[in-house]
Amino acid sequence: MQDGSSGLLNAFRQGSPEAFEAAFETLFHQHQRAVYGWILRIVRNPATAEDLTVETFWRIYRARGHFEPSRGFEGWARRIATRAALDWLRTARPEVELPAEIPAPAAADPAVSAEIRRKIALAFQRLAPKLRIAATLAVIEDLPHKDVAEALGISVAAVKLRVFRALRLLRKDLQQQGITP
Amino acid sequence: MNAHHEDRLKKLLQQALPPVEAEPEPGRDLWPAMLRRLDARQAAPLRFWAWFDAALLAGLAAFAALVPASIPVFLYYL
Repeated sequence: MQDGSSGLLNAFRQGSPEAFEAAFETLFHQHQRAVYGWILRIVRNPATAEDLTVETFWRIYRARGHFEPSRGFEGWARRIATRAALDWLRTARPEVELPAEIPAPAAADPAVSAEIRRKIALAFQRLAPKLRIAATLAVIEDLPHKDVAEALGISVAAVKLRVFRALRLLRKDLQQQGITP
Repeated sequence: MNAHHEDRLKKLLQQALPPVEAEPEPGRDLWPAMLRRLDARQAAPLRFWAWFDAALLAGLAAFAALVPASIPVFLYYL
């Protein structure tokens, strides 16, 4: 995500209504792809990610009074997008989120059957959303803990703790299903 | 859970839920949907929700005051 110029950000924050509307449209077009990609990493469903991208920019539109141009648009937008995705995870049922067929990754381990992959995915969806979102970003997407912490608005130590708890609970769930990771 | 088990579990998880491709793009231009959202929400009355939110907050505060042990549970789900 590339941040806009300071003039654009100032117009978004405290410009006249006309300048604000124009700045918002520009920022939307500059950042919609990055916001969409970030949300897709969390919710893993393109249609939902599109809806949540619009929801995120709606929240951005309403919250412009809290925006600090000196801190840049990217991180702020990412935090709002993360919050919108987290709210959605809290209301969505696991069966709704999971695609009917889970595609095998390019470097799939042949010993791991499609059925086991599906059980793992379902067990992961049963985790508490705040644990799942941390594990999704830090483990599945392999993003730096610092980036995850900034997006979630928590410390790096808290991210590590959430990832640890998520993996421990996932392991326990899988063991109860007879799968020994 | 030791480091070996943790690495194994991480690999299994990435097999079950592969990472999203780099730089994914939305399947359509989202600006028209954004404009519809702005028009709809700006026209919608907010009075009911403001009242409902206040009532919900008051109810939660009262419950927390009556049952202090519930506060950690609320905080956990925040």
